Amino acid sequence: MESVFPQLERLLPRVQKPIQYVGGELNSVIKDWDSSEVRWALMYPDAYEVGLPNQGVMILYEVLNEVAGVLAERTYSVWPDLAALMRQNGVPQFTVDGHRPVVAFDLLGVSFSTELGYTNLLEALDLAGIPVTAAERTEAHPVVIAGGHAAFNPEPIADFVDAAVLGDGEQAVLEITEVVRAWKREGSPGGRSELLLRLAGVPGVYVPSLYDVEYLPDGRIKRVVPVSPRVPFRVQKRTVMDLDEWPYPKAPLVPLAETVHERMSVEIFRGCTRGCRFCQAGMITRPVRERSITGIGEMVERGLAATGYEEVGLLSLSSADHSEIGDIARGLATRYAGTQTSLSLPSTRVDAFNVTLAQELSRNGRRSGLTFAPEGGSERLRRVINKTVSKDDLIRTVTTAYAAGWRQVKLYFMCGLPTETDDDVVEIADLAKAVIKAGREATGQKDIRCTVSIGGFVPKPHTPFQWAAQADHETTDRRLKLLRDALGRDKAIGYRYHDGKPGIVEGLLSRGDRRIGAVIRQAWVDGARFDGWSEHFSYDRWMAAAEQAGIDVDWYTTRERGEHEVLPWDHLDSGLEKEWLWSDWQEALSEQTLDDCRDIPCFDCGVCPGMNTEIQVGPTGQTLLPLSVTR
Amino acid sequence: MSKQRTPDGPPPPPVVQRLRLRYAKRGRLRFTSHRDFARAFERALRRAGIPMGYSAGFSPHPKISWVNATPTGVASEAEYVEIGLAVRCEPDDVRRALDDSLPPGLDVLECVEAPAGGPSIADLVDASSWEIRLPGVEPALLEKALAAFVAAEEVPVERRTKDGVRRFDARAPLVTSSVSSEPGPDGPCAILRCVVRHVTPAVRTDDILSGLCSVEPELAPPAPPEARRLAQGHLDDAGRLADPLGVDRALSS
Repeated sequence: MESVFPQLERLLPRVQKPIQYVGGELNSVIKDWDSSEVRWALMYPDAYEVGLPNQGVMILYEVLNEVAGVLAERTYSVWPDLAALMRQNGVPQFTVDGHRPVVAFDLLGVSFSTELGYTNLLEALDLAGIPVTAAERTEAHPVVIAGGHAAFNPEPIADFVDAAVLGDGEQAVLEITEVVRAWKREGSPGGRSELLLRLAGVPGVYVPSLYDVEYLPDGRIKRVVPVSPRVPFRVQKRTVMDLDEWPYPKAPLVPLAETVHERMSVEIFRGCTRGCRFCQAGMITRPVRERSITGIGEMVERGLAATGYEEVGLLSLSSADHSEIGDIARGLATRYAGTQTSLSLPSTRVDAFNVTLAQELSRNGRRSGLTFAPEGGSERLRRVINKTVSKDDLIRTVTTAYAAGWRQVKLYFMCGLPTETDDDVVEIADLAKAVIKAGREATGQKDIRCTVSIGGFVPKPHTPFQWAAQADHETTDRRLKLLRDALGRDKAIGYRYHDGKPGIVEGLLSRGDRRIGAVIRQAWVDGARFDGWSEHFSYDRWMAAAEQAGIDVDWYTTRERGEHEVLPWDHLDSGLEKEWLWSDWQEALSEQTLDDCRDIPCFDCGVCPGMNTEIQVGPTGQTLLPLSVTR
Repeated sequence: MSKQRTPDGPPPPPVVQRLRLRYAKRGRLRFTSHRDFARAFERALRRAGIPMGYSAGFSPHPKISWVNATPTGVASEAEYVEIGLAVRCEPDDVRRALDDSLPPGLDVLECVEAPAGGPSIADLVDASSWEIRLPGVEPALLEKALAAFVAAEEVPVERRTKDGVRRFDARAPLVTSSVSSEPGPDGPCAILRCVVRHVTPAVRTDDILSGLCSVEPELAPPAPPEARRLAQGHLDDAGRLADPLGVDRALSS
């Protein structure tokens, strides 16, 4: 397969940041096309600077390229300046590794972290010369497979994707690969439809075209049924057990272009059982599976040697919760003392231990701000969302941080949470002022800062809030303004907010059903791309598209669902029992909290027995030995 | 005021050796911007285990000084950088280790030790020699344009910068120039070679080209021009460039 680089090269002097289209990243791989039996194009549907650091794509890229006879290359969304030139000059969507046309691959895997990437999928398909509508594709086109968190409700993009993978991708992509390999070796019997049927037999793979959706006269879903006896009624998510067996990425990609994360990331555990009711990631990635302290140590060491990065981020949904995080932080800080290597922990947990950890990690290097996420402004609201941190806890934690020398603390909140009142949001101002006051008292100094960062809450599938009414954007914006007024003019308090309109579109896409596909298509036709970027996003364009498609946006967003309503994703099994989610939703409404199942006996969310998985946590009792680091 | 937090442990070791490197930016990696290259270079230093000298404080920076980077999209055979080491190294070992650490297309070509107290590289270069290939352009047409350009007192050109449109003269900094040609896949390829003095604002190859197009309206390259820096150095009276590493190389051998 010939490279399109010569044609592309002529366009590059005319676009912004051409280096992002050139490839040549350290640790990238270009395998021989002709001797490969199965060829994957992996896409992150956003700009290169956002997509390149994505861990999911990096992991699958490496896992697939390790297999003999299998090739994986990467492709990202091209900015509108290059897209226009590509259309004018007949240059198709290409991979950055071999600059091969995406249409020539067997599979196109697209990782969706957010629903706002959907229009970028349509744009990439169109630029690639692949029919946007899955039903119009032939054997000449790749099988388009969605993955990532948004794939837990792929119904809004059911018209555009051939399949979706639910849950962890490492093993699923290998099984999909073998299905495609066998089908091709047999001479592609039964064509594309047979291939899709076979793929639907791979655990975790959902093929939307093999399911029929029936609706009730009032517009709600009546039922979703498979159209073939060969496909399951419900598709179960995939769960990778024993992360130490999957130490990927082993050699992270290092781009020449600047990206949003200029550091190496090591995933220290997967899953979270804190039970924050708004958090889709925490719900769909259960159970908790820790990487061992020694496994983490090896990944850090090997990754640094392979990349030359000067910063390592220890990633997970709540990194301070690793059972051996204290030893990990101490061990790594000791190991890399004096090497200009800095360590970071994206921290959101509000407790003093977190400050101690941050202190440990930053003892060799600079300190950026500390971030805590109380999420809700009042204690009542924090009980509703099951983020049980008291005002005193927060003040104590932040005071500890100021006393330990931090000058800047960031607090994250959400606006528009279920049962929220104006008072709940305005209380954030009291909290911020109390934080500054306590910090000044603790340090005896005036020059400390606290930044309040707040965004609109979007209810997500597979969470206890999946039934909730989303706040309309007027309410969100009004409360954000009330909060701004209440924060006053104190220069010590910063205020960052995201207004309510993009959240409504995200809400429409995240809890939508197949009828939302027409809205996405229309919005894309009307020019929607890069919807996660405020300079490209247009609320009015989306509302016009919804109107043209005959979709009532409020019905999908601000309407509360009933207990027995069939939800568009009910046939997609995240392991969580719907009855448990409902009872947790009811407990939220009555302001009752729930403990972490790592600390108390099982609270019956259903994941472990349903998926035949279990919590994997330490402590292992092992420690990190200092390495003789030469540098 | 606030008590200053200082890093635990001793201050970084002093610089004991300064090395000067010449590197090339070739092929598709000519689209690397200088910022991109600088970041990649720092990472390559770490991967290669070069014992760099660092500045003190909580944000220690490796001791690296850059000079006159080419614009994004322009290839080069003659970029220069100076690094300060905390441990003495054999220059050619450093060159090889760094070259192995950088992707093909970003190639470290030479490394020599800089004498203590000598002039900086920036003082040793005041002009560059360039090659501009114009695929699909008749050499006779380019020669005609060049003759008009050289004959002009002044060739005003405009360039859009982030501070708006700047207007300046592209003629004065042009020292020597010549036209040659090569057959290409789509007809002839005219080649301009020229030596241009480093001035402020910098006159770049695209400025020379837009100047040529303005004095000869028939000149309209059908394909993107391919520019490459061939050398940098100190301009002597005969219009030749003296190799900025020449003295250091002679001293160290």
